[in-house]
Amino acid sequence: MTDYEAVIGLETHIQLNTKTKIFCSCKADSWSDAPNTNICPVCSGLPGVLPVPNKAAIEKGMLLAAAMHAEIQPLSYFDRKNYFYPDLPKGYQISQYDMPLARGGYMQLPLPDGSVRQVSIHKLHIEEDAGKTKNENGLRLIDFNRCGVPLIEMVTGPDLRSADEAAQYLTRLRQLLRWLGVSEADMEKAHLRCDANVSIRPKGAAYLNPKTEIKNVNSIEAVREAVGKEIERQIREVEAGHKIEAWTLEWDEDAGVLRKMRSKETEADYRYFREPDLLPVRIHEEWKQKVLSKLPELPLERRNRFINQYGLPEYDADILTGDRSLSEYFETAVKTYSGDPKRVSNWLMNDVLRMLNESGLTADQLKLTPQFLAEIIKLVDAGTINNNTGKNLLEKVQQTGRPPAKLVEEEGLARVSDDSAIRSVCQEVLAESPKEVESYKSGKVTLIGWFVGQVMKKMRGKADPNIARKILEELLG
Amino acid sequence: MLTLQEVEHIAILARLELSAEEKERFRRQLSAILEYAARLQELDTSGIPPTSSVLPPRSVLRPDAVEPGLSVEELLKNAPRSENGQFRVPPVLGLE
Repeated sequence: MTDYEAVIGLETHIQLNTKTKIFCSCKADSWSDAPNTNICPVCSGLPGVLPVPNKAAIEKGMLLAAAMHAEIQPLSYFDRKNYFYPDLPKGYQISQYDMPLARGGYMQLPLPDGSVRQVSIHKLHIEEDAGKTKNENGLRLIDFNRCGVPLIEMVTGPDLRSADEAAQYLTRLRQLLRWLGVSEADMEKAHLRCDANVSIRPKGAAYLNPKTEIKNVNSIEAVREAVGKEIERQIREVEAGHKIEAWTLEWDEDAGVLRKMRSKETEADYRYFREPDLLPVRIHEEWKQKVLSKLPELPLERRNRFINQYGLPEYDADILTGDRSLSEYFETAVKTYSGDPKRVSNWLMNDVLRMLNESGLTADQLKLTPQFLAEIIKLVDAGTINNNTGKNLLEKVQQTGRPPAKLVEEEGLARVSDDSAIRSVCQEVLAESPKEVESYKSGKVTLIGWFVGQVMKKMRGKADPNIARKILEELLG
Repeated sequence: MLTLQEVEHIAILARLELSAEEKERFRRQLSAILEYAARLQELDTSGIPPTSSVLPPRSVLRPDAVEPGLSVEELLKNAPRSENGQFRVPPVLGLE
């Protein structure tokens, strides 16, 4: 049997998180607004209006282009893409065709086996979103709120080789978009939408077979599932001696199946031509430099630096760079702590991350600042407080926003390493537990842990457990 | 002359349903328009660089600040049918 490999390209549409739409001053985010409340004569396609591009949308597009290593074009044009659909009030979408905002570009996608997949993009262009068609009680209703929300379209080359890789690309793209602050990239809210082109070929072959296009895959899991199913289907077809036809398929998320769609227009049917109502986008060097000076270190670069500079395992580096503010939090904590970065990483990944998940805050919003975290780890290292007290202290600092050392002092949290104090509590515990003492003496030595626990409980966790254990063993011996 | 199939294809793109008589009439009219425009091809443009826009190559941009637009009532005033603050439309020809 032939060994096959999948050849996958993703077409992504990214809603930019500008305050206003791309060609008018209507509010762009309508997630919690009633239908047709963020509209004006421009975005609802009334005659005689003139669109004017939003500077912030162009700038966000430039940032994304630079982060994708694409070449920002000094001159690009808007074009009309003509098609007739009720959610497109003008009868055309303003897009870019042969002179896009940026050309070329790639993402270095790290794969789980440690290798890197270079995923190319041919171009990056800016366009406007369409409205929404809804079916309500058998009625077709149109909401224009989304008309004119700025979109970036990026199409990858046929560079991805499995359903998992496709899912990973989207995960990394979502991370990048949030990192740059250009999109909220919430797939459930359709900020990031994806169509997938899928074909198969014998492993190692260099040619491309006819592909199918999967529409409407709107979560990372859906991409993984839909692409996986389509690869399996194509292999079955080819093994049965059938040809793959260039179908357009629609993913039905609820049923988990792909359905064949009627073919859409061909490229020529869109009758692209220059948008006569808009001037070109001219990006001079000075503007470009000013915008790109805000480009931060990118997530994958920072991930690799964390591995090299701090000696973190890939797993840690991945999680700590999952979010920009978390990665900055980590670095500040490491600087203040000035000890082993892995120790800071452990505290972050075990406790601070849980705190973030439970509260829904981002790292920069915590009252437990990175400086306070470093201070708590230092208190534990110095033996001033024990590990458990340290963990409880995280919560207390987060609740009060007060410095850890102050809280330790005020609440008497410092560890008791004074032998005589611990000794008297140990004696107390043994006197109160004659049965357990008897069991211990008749050979059940594992009870030592229970005795230590009782001592710690009485001392509200402040005793040094090692000293307590030694004294207990001595008293019981 | 445009073929009847070409006219039908253009009609589908515009989601128009044409009668046989209309198809024939539009075939003649569209062909006449295309032939008229085709006269431009007679000009010798070999010494002229291709021009896709006559507008000056500079940007006019707008700051990203929200301004009020239309109310739902104003928007739907001319809608033939509406429902729950939305346009109500018939099924779309050709692609359904």
